[in-house]
Amino acid sequence: MVATSSYLILGALIFAIGATGVLVRRNALIIFMCIEMMLNSVNLTLIALARQWGNLEGQIFVFMIMAVAAAEVAVGLAILIANVRHQQSINIDEINLLKW
Amino acid sequence: MDTSLLFDNAIVLLPEIVLAVGVMVLMMVDIGLMAEPENRTQRRKDAKAPREQNSAALLSGLTVVILLLSVGAALFIWSRPPAEYLGGAVSDGFALSARLIVLLAGIFGVLLSRNYLPAIERQSGAYYSLLILAVIGMMLMGTATNLIVLFIALEIFSLALYILSGFYRESARSIEAAMKYFLLGAFASAFFVYGSALLYGAGGSANYVRIHETLSSGGGNPSLVLPGIALLLVGFGFKVSLVPFHMWTPDVYQGAPTPVTAFMSVGTKAAAFAGFFRVMMTALPSLYDQWAVLLAVLAALTMTVGNLTALRQSSVKRMLAYSSVAHAGNILIALVAGTAAASSAALFYLFAYAFMNIGAFAVIVALERTGEGDVAQSRFDGIAERFPALAAAMAVFMLSLSGMPPLAGFFGKFLVFKAGVEAGWSWLVVIGVLNSAISAYYYLRVVVAMYFSDAESEPARNTGAGLNFSVTVAAVAVIVIGLQPGLWTGLLRGLGI
Repeated sequence: MVATSSYLILGALIFAIGATGVLVRRNALIIFMCIEMMLNSVNLTLIALARQWGNLEGQIFVFMIMAVAAAEVAVGLAILIANVRHQQSINIDEINLLKW
Repeated sequence: MDTSLLFDNAIVLLPEIVLAVGVMVLMMVDIGLMAEPENRTQRRKDAKAPREQNSAALLSGLTVVILLLSVGAALFIWSRPPAEYLGGAVSDGFALSARLIVLLAGIFGVLLSRNYLPAIERQSGAYYSLLILAVIGMMLMGTATNLIVLFIALEIFSLALYILSGFYRESARSIEAAMKYFLLGAFASAFFVYGSALLYGAGGSANYVRIHETLSSGGGNPSLVLPGIALLLVGFGFKVSLVPFHMWTPDVYQGAPTPVTAFMSVGTKAAAFAGFFRVMMTALPSLYDQWAVLLAVLAALTMTVGNLTALRQSSVKRMLAYSSVAHAGNILIALVAGTAAASSAALFYLFAYAFMNIGAFAVIVALERTGEGDVAQSRFDGIAERFPALAAAMAVFMLSLSGMPPLAGFFGKFLVFKAGVEAGWSWLVVIGVLNSAISAYYYLRVVVAMYFSDAESEPARNTGAGLNFSVTVAAVAVIVIGLQPGLWTGLLRGLGI
């Protein structure tokens, strides 16, 4: 059986890759995908911890996160499309009407 | 499992259930109203205008009724002893008063939208439904006693607010605000949920009390606790806009439709702080020594950066956004103090803040021109001559926000600072008092502009029963709470966690 700590480290690595992606990439869609990756790394962490504790709360939490992620996709893509109509671009460097 | 367990104490969630049913009714009514004109295609275009007026009035009226029913449900539960529902929601005084503050913000939000909304968007049914959904999420934040419920509540109100802030679809600024809010908000939620996952791993349960029991007895995975707290702080810091997670606040406040900003600024703050207080004080009191120092540094940073940046803003909405960042720092002092008295002081602060901040945004709504989406400071020049009542109300709100006695804002600050000193955080309170002095400058600048400058041009003023009512009620409340603080502190005493 693989130790829980291995899963936690893998989860942390995926989370870090996702977070780096959000900060480095300039395409709003890719940023969005990176956020989804962060959420999924949390799911992995939760499942591993639920196995260690032997209770179901962690697994229920995972289902909730999946449902929320789906809702987030619906809202997020709608906002992205609305933004493309105004900006003709999904590069976040061009989102600069509001500053200071 | 016995299914009757599902209904035991379900009354704890009665205010939320009322709202959820209300949203469905509202959407049905909206569909009915939309379908009707198609039956009579002969109807002339110009005859349609009053019909839309009527349906907008009906929808906003219905929304206010639904919110008032929920207030009634909350007061009804208040008369009963506190109960807990399935280890996930609780109906103690803290949860109920946080709920009432959120409902107050919701009702004001609807009243301000009544005349504002038809100018920017015709789908008012969707708007009011989303507003109620946001209120449901916000109410659950203070009620939740379980990390899973807390996360769901956070996402319910966040998703609704992302859409609401981009509701003015023709305005590039509004869409941009929604876009920034969404990307940064989703990013922060990922941190939040990772923090919750690690706390679950540390305590072996998602329930706050059981996490506390495991951690204080030395069990669990202690190595996961501190990373968990740090990640949770990022999530909450984003929602209550603490420095350095505040970068979205001014952009979203400025770009979003002003009634949404008014509702969001007060509702999000009350909800997120209620959730924040409950997690820190019921799940993690055994680690107080670690997180209190961290939060104290964040509070000092938040107050200072918020106030110094607000000094150089030319847009009033942005100025109020930075002022709300600074106020988040003040309220955080109460959490740093970490006593029951401090958490009821924070409730009083949020209660007073609801009236003064919504009042200030209501005055902005009154002076805004359609489609402008932003009000420069110069718009306030000399308005005291043309609209003396409006200027007087704005002066009351500005003085109260700066913490001038004897207005409501002063007693909020006073109680929070007092709790801070009593818990031994004098240095933090000194920074808070110095910051109040700085903040007086930019609040008073608005008052001076209103009374001592010449009007730039012919100023316009939006009217409407809801708008005038909100400004009046907020101004009266700020003065009455200020003159009779004992009445309200007595009501809120003993409600801390």
